[in-house]
Amino acid sequence: MGSRMRVLSVLVLLALALVAPLGHGNYIVYVLTSWLIFAIAAMGLNLTLGYAGQISLAQASFMAIGAYATALLTLAGWHWVLAMPLGLVLCFIVGLLLGYPALRVKGHFLAFVTLAFNTLVFLVLRNEDWLTGGSYGLVGMPRPDFGLFQTMKQLHFYYFTLGITVLAALVMWGIVRSPWGRAFKALRENPIRAESLGVDTRRITLLAFAIGSVYGGLAGSLITPLVQFIEPGSFNLAHSLRILLMVVVGGAGYFFGPFIGAGVVILLPEMLRFTEGYYLIIYSALVIVMLIFVPSGLIGIGARLRDRLRPRREVRADMHEGARLQ
Amino acid sequence: MSTPVLSVRGIEKRFGGIQAVGGVSFDVDKGEILGLIGPNGSGKSTLFNCILGQLKPDGGAVTVKGRDVSGMRASELNRLGVGRTFQQLSVFPKMTVLDNIILAGQEHHGTMLSRLFGPGDAGLTEEAEKMIAFFRLGHLRDTLAGSLSYGQQKLVDAAMAFMAGPDLVLLDEPAGGVNLTMLANLKDRLTAYNAEHGTTFVVIEHNMEFVMSLCTRIIVLAEGRVIAEGRPEEIRANQTVIDAYLGG
Repeated sequence: MGSRMRVLSVLVLLALALVAPLGHGNYIVYVLTSWLIFAIAAMGLNLTLGYAGQISLAQASFMAIGAYATALLTLAGWHWVLAMPLGLVLCFIVGLLLGYPALRVKGHFLAFVTLAFNTLVFLVLRNEDWLTGGSYGLVGMPRPDFGLFQTMKQLHFYYFTLGITVLAALVMWGIVRSPWGRAFKALRENPIRAESLGVDTRRITLLAFAIGSVYGGLAGSLITPLVQFIEPGSFNLAHSLRILLMVVVGGAGYFFGPFIGAGVVILLPEMLRFTEGYYLIIYSALVIVMLIFVPSGLIGIGARLRDRLRPRREVRADMHEGARLQ
Repeated sequence: MSTPVLSVRGIEKRFGGIQAVGGVSFDVDKGEILGLIGPNGSGKSTLFNCILGQLKPDGGAVTVKGRDVSGMRASELNRLGVGRTFQQLSVFPKMTVLDNIILAGQEHHGTMLSRLFGPGDAGLTEEAEKMIAFFRLGHLRDTLAGSLSYGQQKLVDAAMAFMAGPDLVLLDEPAGGVNLTMLANLKDRLTAYNAEHGTTFVVIEHNMEFVMSLCTRIIVLAEGRVIAEGRPEEIRANQTVIDAYLGG
């Protein structure tokens, strides 16, 4: 896709996102806001897993850290704008620490380490009720108030979240287009070769975890004012698996994959509600079919169609080149 | 007398009861193309891995430009001016040829932070294009490296090793699996690069024609020890070398 087409597509998608909630009730606007928030969390996991190739089953725990940090601070009277960055700093530090095991273990072993971390965070949130409210959670967190722009109305909060999502996406775009992004991809594709070319793979691995965790934390800090009630069950392993599903279904390692994946996981079940008791069965079957036929994710469909309709030019020009050299 | 670019002193490596490398020593001067040859199991790759820090030798020392590099990580060694290629294909298949080459140079430019906030290509597109053109890969600039032929990927791999302007490049079987026409291209480019930049090469290779025509000096290993050293024509006529290869 040419850069002009890409910019045009983004503008069209942005326009659609602006008009999508208009004329709908609070519930639909709430679901659309959830889609944006989970897209942010999936964007973070997409960096860790899709770009840098480090499996993590702990993204929901970073949502939890961001959500609880924001909740505790806003309940203490802090403005969301001040509470959120502190949550993100906390996620960056914890994400960096979680990255250390990735320096020693890979693949499914790393998946188990992160799974254990997710469970650990869940248990801390449930058992340390002096701080977290335990199983009852925390309630009544205020939504951000910017004077002229208040987010108490669902629609206003949607636009507030959309603004944050666009900012987060722009920052992510900057990261993946920078030399760091190239180093993340090199880490995924061939870490030994990357190291031999001067890439400090240890530092890049830790950064992949830390930055991905920050996005999880940002999603959590938006869940807090959206739902205004958080409890440990909202951030358990099942939610980490859902975010993983978003990345895989959307297309791991593709910039827009998380938006599509979050759309499938959050919006598709809602669209299938008319099937009543069957919607979860249909939804599960659709996900299985997608993963079988489009393992590179939904965003990969375009490239596959393009390859089929317009095969790439022959690149094995070595014989021709060799003949010319002689 | 100038300091050798690479100095290997008494490198030893054992795997259990097997002595893979038994006290190998040699120096490589600036601009030299040194070939390391020997039959299978002679210890070439083990020696290579000891030099590059991927294996910890049981004894001996390696210095690059006079600096002890024992225990140094591969990325640190690279930043010190040591490039390498691998026996197996080692390109980044889902990146374009241009991105592969830029990656090979970007860690040598600026700081960690400037690489985040600076231009996406780290200001290296022009330099990378020159390197791509030098290796006659210009027509493949925007092609994914994974879709190239084996020989073309070997050229990309070599171009990556040179992108950061190293003083020393270790090439691990660069001719392995490459067809004859592409091999001529590879040898031509390596010779030209050496002549233009005075870069020092150490080459492990099984293809005798390739190594004899490329290298200025050859060291022959057998059973982990140096059995012969000299110019290609001397090695070709050396009875000990012939016996080692033919099992005589």
